[in-house]
Amino acid sequence: MIEVKDLHKSFGDAHILKGITTSFEKGKTNLIIGQSGSGKTVFLKCLLGLFEFEQGSISYDGKFFSKLSGDEKRELRSKIGMVFQGSALFDSMTIAENVMFPLQMFTKMNKSEMEDRADTVLKRVNLPDAHKKMPSEASGGMQKRVAIARAIVNNPKYLFCDEPNSGLDPKTAIVIDNLIQEITDEYQITTVINSHDMNSVMEIGEKIVFLKDGLKAWEGSKETIFRTDNEVVTDFVYSSELFKKVRKMYIEENE
Amino acid sequence: MTYLHNIGAYFIMIKDMFRKPTKWSVLKTLILKDIDDLIIGSLGIVAFIAFFVGGVVAIQTSLNISNPLIPKYLVGFATRQSIILEFAPTFISIIMAGKVGSFITSSIGTMRVTEQIDALEVMGINAINYLVFPKFVALTLYPFVISIAMFLGVLGGLAACVYGGYGTYEDYIFGVQNDFIPFHMAYAFIKTMVFAFILATIPSFYGYFMKGGALEVGKASTTSFVWTSVVIILLNFLLTSLLLG
Repeated sequence: MIEVKDLHKSFGDAHILKGITTSFEKGKTNLIIGQSGSGKTVFLKCLLGLFEFEQGSISYDGKFFSKLSGDEKRELRSKIGMVFQGSALFDSMTIAENVMFPLQMFTKMNKSEMEDRADTVLKRVNLPDAHKKMPSEASGGMQKRVAIARAIVNNPKYLFCDEPNSGLDPKTAIVIDNLIQEITDEYQITTVINSHDMNSVMEIGEKIVFLKDGLKAWEGSKETIFRTDNEVVTDFVYSSELFKKVRKMYIEENE
Repeated sequence: MTYLHNIGAYFIMIKDMFRKPTKWSVLKTLILKDIDDLIIGSLGIVAFIAFFVGGVVAIQTSLNISNPLIPKYLVGFATRQSIILEFAPTFISIIMAGKVGSFITSSIGTMRVTEQIDALEVMGINAINYLVFPKFVALTLYPFVISIAMFLGVLGGLAACVYGGYGTYEDYIFGVQNDFIPFHMAYAFIKTMVFAFILATIPSFYGYFMKGGALEVGKASTTSFVWTSVVIILLNFLLTSLLLG
């Protein structure tokens, strides 16, 4: 479980995060949603330790990140998997080398053990024959799946995804969403997804944190988001006619 | 203030380059790849430029000697001195700032833009050590490149002199061997090692700390070339004053 208390972050005079308190549970897909500029990416980067924050605390299973020594931070980071918005695959390496990279860096596995493990996770993300391809030869959806494979190859306890569906067609986006949810269940990891894709919210949002102007405006789940009266959330989530109809149908079906 | 900030950030980067080293098995591969990219990949252009500039120096020297009292072997002597003292260590380094420096800045800058550096940092890897240290180690072989430039420069001078009819083989070789001061070689290689460090670190700095997108990668490469050249020229002046002055 990841717990965040009263998190503040500024860049010069710009106060981006204004005291966020929330938690992300183990074995659940937790979504951070909000408009562009609401502070989602800054929040995610604070969670990952890429940005230092001025006030507040972040704890990973009771361990406060800011109080850890250098070695302890490294140890913790080796248990974190991250899927970046643009996949962030190393373009000088093949897909198999990308997936094996965390194993090379953090384990004492020999080459054949690493290859076996990479083979297993690439099969898990439905890419059994992509080992020798370069990232530039893979489609956007394939690159995302490789990024997921790289993120889970070292059995992480925490998985972070920044806009995992951006740039993907709706069908591939659903495949990626389902894959993330299945992996979260299977490996019992704490997954935090930064998204503004409402399909993802409806599909896999076991816990949803809504940010607006650097503040937590609402939190709930994919079930409660249909019934909320919070105007800030409904303005954002049900801004399209399609989602207004989906909401209406959901409420009618469950009454 | 920006300049001071950049200078401070540069020295902090140098310190971080030696901290939290990457696993040797990984580092070894990176070093070999950088030797191939930065050293082996530069030999062709360095050899080409050195040979022909050596030839031009010999021709120019010969054409400017009109006084019959000046011995003909001066062509070989002047070519050797120009190539060993300045052309090979300093001007090849300026050329390398364009070739190798731009390559380093753009490759690291692209990794920054595409979040590959963030990916390394999230994994708990010291990205500066992972990216910059192998380039520093690879460029410790830079004196090898400069040795080749020295040899080919003097050889180019010989070819131009003999085959262009500007002097005899014997005069040129006598000039090359005449009044040779071994410390000049030490001076040239001290400069080369200092420039190698600059070539590895300043372009890395501009790539690593760049912000923005593809356009900024291009701008960072240009800025990196300008500042690498400026620092090389200033250090050349300083080292020449200290070692030969």
